[in-house]
Amino acid sequence: MNGRMKKAYDWVDERVHLEDLVKFMGKKYVPVHRHSIWYYFGGVSLFLFIIQVLTGILLLLYYKSGEELAFESIGYIMSKVQFGWLIRSIHSWAANLFILSSMVHMFSVYFEKSYRKPREITWLTGMLMFFLALAFGFSGYLLPWNELAYFATKVGTDIAGVVPIIGKPMMQFLRSGEEVSGATLSRFFGFHVAVFPGIFTVLLGIHLVLVQRQGMSEPIGMELHEGKPLKTMPFFPNFLLRDLLLWLIVLNLLAILAVFFPWELGKKADAFASAPAGIKPEWYFLFMFQTLKYIPGKMLFIDGEVFGIMIFGLAGLLWMLVPFWDLKSSRGQQNRLVNYLGLFAVFYIIILTIVGWLL
Amino acid sequence: MVETRNAGGPEQPGKRDFLKYVLSGGLVALVGSILYPILAYLKPPIQAEVAVSSVKAGKVDAMEKDSGQIVKFGSKPVILIKTANDELRAFSATCTHLDCTVQYKKEMGLIWCACHNGKYDLNGRNVSGPPPRPLDEYRVTVQGGEIMISKKS
Ligand code: HEM
Ligand code: FES
Repeated sequence: MNGRMKKAYDWVDERVHLEDLVKFMGKKYVPVHRHSIWYYFGGVSLFLFIIQVLTGILLLLYYKSGEELAFESIGYIMSKVQFGWLIRSIHSWAANLFILSSMVHMFSVYFEKSYRKPREITWLTGMLMFFLALAFGFSGYLLPWNELAYFATKVGTDIAGVVPIIGKPMMQFLRSGEEVSGATLSRFFGFHVAVFPGIFTVLLGIHLVLVQRQGMSEPIGMELHEGKPLKTMPFFPNFLLRDLLLWLIVLNLLAILAVFFPWELGKKADAFASAPAGIKPEWYFLFMFQTLKYIPGKMLFIDGEVFGIMIFGLAGLLWMLVPFWDLKSSRGQQNRLVNYLGLFAVFYIIILTIVGWLL
Repeated sequence: MVETRNAGGPEQPGKRDFLKYVLSGGLVALVGSILYPILAYLKPPIQAEVAVSSVKAGKVDAMEKDSGQIVKFGSKPVILIKTANDELRAFSATCTHLDCTVQYKKEMGLIWCACHNGKYDLNGRNVSGPPPRPLDEYRVTVQGGEIMISKKS
């Protein structure tokens, strides 16, 4: 630290005693082993979320919500505002990478069983953030008010509507009425730029403080390596520098995608046009969408979609509660059932996503 | 809650219980009176819909054989079809599966929903794919060369 920095530090330190804080931030170690690469995806997700907040705020300076304004304002951002196309393209691409990287992070934590005692709360906050990320994607997708978004939102909110008992009121709440309309757009806009970021930030805070306080977990059976404890590297500065390098790579990847594959705007939504052929939701909803196509109209006396939604809902719930039913891992034993379920989920998602993409 | 005890004095359970009920009752009332308006606010007001019982859908001659089009019926889309043998039919265009808007598919001679590949025949019956119910039918009449669509009563 040079003289002036030191003086500033001392000035603050004298008043708020930074010592504890610095110790708290500095004490983390990252285990080094052959699965270490997976530790980076949490950081990448964090980085992409920061990008979303920054580009989202920039978009807010010109975006207007409303049936007669939304589509036009994005057209304006893309054609008139300097670098508007770039900011929008980055926000759209980073949204996709963010969900992808959160998925990788989630699955790696799952397979490493890092959710096991004592890290249940970290897993739960992570899962909630993951669901919020999907909600971010779903609500943001409607904001340009184009044809694809319009029908995606109709289908998505109608799915919420088939849930027994609470479905109907939930659908009306989401749509702000019986139909998807300008009122829906206003609501989604509010969720997307105010409600979700607020909740997400709180969860993220808890998540990060827990990671810092509990340190990184080590995979089961690797705590000892040839009788010696696992090698570690200090988080600061070794791991952080690697993190930053990777962030730089991700930023470059993002720039390449955003510049060479600019995000399209499509046709404006029209409540009196047929759904266009080849309509698809965003890729992260594709596996569920594809499943819906295969479920027949009636199944076991209930509507096929009700059946499908209950299955996905139940699976999601089980997944989220894994630390509470996988007691074996908490005792440090291998639990193969968890691995098989995880592999099944991964393959199911990958295969149905590809099928949905190609058909 | 903090246990309070009168120093050395006799216990007064009756009085303490009473206080507990008053306080927790008050708390419930407070939370309720804050939450109720918020929940009620979240529920969108019911918009009075203009009840439409029939709409004009253009001249018969202007519509090609073996084609379909979406017509505004109040706030709802209705699909009007002129079949290959010159018959006019109309159905609700809202797919009974998950609410997408259907279209007339010439090649298949069917009503088709792009969202999940749902198919209906030209009587509106769901014949394949996920739709669980047929499309509601509308009455089509021709008055002075003009197509009129109205609700079936
Ligand atoms: C505080 C954070 C955020 C703010 C203020 C914000 C703001 C906005 C605004 C104003 C739009 C409309 C402009 C447009 O559609 O291009 C938008 C679109 C969108 N946002 Fe966000 N956003 C935020 C975070 C996120 C996150 C975390 C995601 C992650 C999935 C996300 C995903 C999307 C998507 C997919 C779109 C649609 C892009 C498009 O087609 O144009 N946003 N956001
Ligand atoms: S919404 Fe028509 S088939 Fe699913």
